[in-house]
Amino acid sequence: MPRVVFTGNLQRHISCPPCTVRGGTAREALDAAFELYPGSRGYVLDEHGTLRAHMVVFVDGQAISDRRSLSDAVGENAEVFVMQALSGG
Amino acid sequence: MSSTLLVSTRKGLFTVGRTMAGTWEIQGVSFLGDNVTLALADARSGTWFAALDHGHFGVKLHRSKDRGATWEEVGVPVYPDPPEGVEEIDSMGRVVPWKLKLIWSLEPGLASQPGLLWCGTIPGGLFYSEDDGSTWTMVRTLWEEPRRKLWNGGGADFPGIHSICVDPRDGNKVTVGVSCGGVWQTTDRGISWACRADGMRAEYMPPDRAFDPDIQDPHRVVQCPSGPDVFWAQHHNGIFRSTDGCRRWEEITEVSPSVFGFAVVVHPDDPEIAWFVPSIKDERRVPVGGAVVVTRTRDGGRSFETLREGLPQTHAYDLVYRHALDIDRSGSRLAFGSTTGSLWVTENGGDSWLTVSTQLPPIYAVHFVA
Repeated sequence: MPRVVFTGNLQRHISCPPCTVRGGTAREALDAAFELYPGSRGYVLDEHGTLRAHMVVFVDGQAISDRRSLSDAVGENAEVFVMQALSGG
Repeated sequence: MSSTLLVSTRKGLFTVGRTMAGTWEIQGVSFLGDNVTLALADARSGTWFAALDHGHFGVKLHRSKDRGATWEEVGVPVYPDPPEGVEEIDSMGRVVPWKLKLIWSLEPGLASQPGLLWCGTIPGGLFYSEDDGSTWTMVRTLWEEPRRKLWNGGGADFPGIHSICVDPRDGNKVTVGVSCGGVWQTTDRGISWACRADGMRAEYMPPDRAFDPDIQDPHRVVQCPSGPDVFWAQHHNGIFRSTDGCRRWEEITEVSPSVFGFAVVVHPDDPEIAWFVPSIKDERRVPVGGAVVVTRTRDGGRSFETLREGLPQTHAYDLVYRHALDIDRSGSRLAFGSTTGSLWVTENGGDSWLTVSTQLPPIYAVHFVA
């Protein structure tokens, strides 16, 4: 089952430790994680379900390409990292 | 009289209180390190609200029922899905995001409307909550008003609603200020709207469009609680007043040292008395001569006093944003804070000022707890 890990910076606002979930796409895996941690969805996605502009999701080290629908495939043992994009110095 | 202030800053929400000795001091901080853009203490319920902009993580709203000891996150205004395949393009050619970018105004309804809150946002949204901020509903009539597409961003990329005035005689009558989009008013709680900026003048537009109501940039609009037909506006290029419920605005030009600024407050018991915090002008947003002053009129704008006692008069470059000047219910206590982290309080209507701090983070908003 895929493992979802949220950036440590998010933990300051809402508790969402690493979790193991079901899902074959980034959307399915993240939805399952958001279900475990109510309130976390709005920190990662905007009101239309799109990845926030300065957030990035890596699946096994690769940034997902479909930031809108999050349809990128997630393997059975994938690691899904939800990070904030760095900007500035 | 109020003895507590909520100070929203780039790095937290500070609670400032009056001591027994008559001084004012920082007494607490919530959300330390986070960007708190606005706060409201609802006098009806005693509930406090804090709006945060986390940048990466979006805009959030928190509520406290114990004066800031603990907070709970509540809902935020949610924009509708845009029509499939249609992008709204503004007059600058930019795609208008149908997404919450900033909570820019937060006001309670009347005492007879418990739980009702109004919220203005960037981009250009007006929302209300009937459950004390837990959930929000967009006022679709204003969002779908065709003339909304004439609005433009002022200092921000996209237009927004920064001022919400609920008429104390009738809670269904609501007036909002838009940068840049004029002044809009409903008398039926949002079923219909009218632009009420006749008389406002936009110096920054071509001369033949200077008086277009839809493109006016009132930086801040306030309504006198005891004389609710009187409104004051600190506009991008001047000071305006209406004495007939916004049907007509009159420009006030003879104000020293400057008519430019963002903030205005009106005395709660006397519509003739108003205060402003001037800067040089739009392209040079610092105090005239490096001296922080407050201007006050007591005669409806016919004359102004320049108040400076207790304020820095040399090499001060403080800018005061539109929500960073407030007045308490008594009309004698005012407070204002600046982008360079200075905070001042007066207990005598501005005749003299006390310095609370000169080293806070940049201040976005100052709000008296009733």
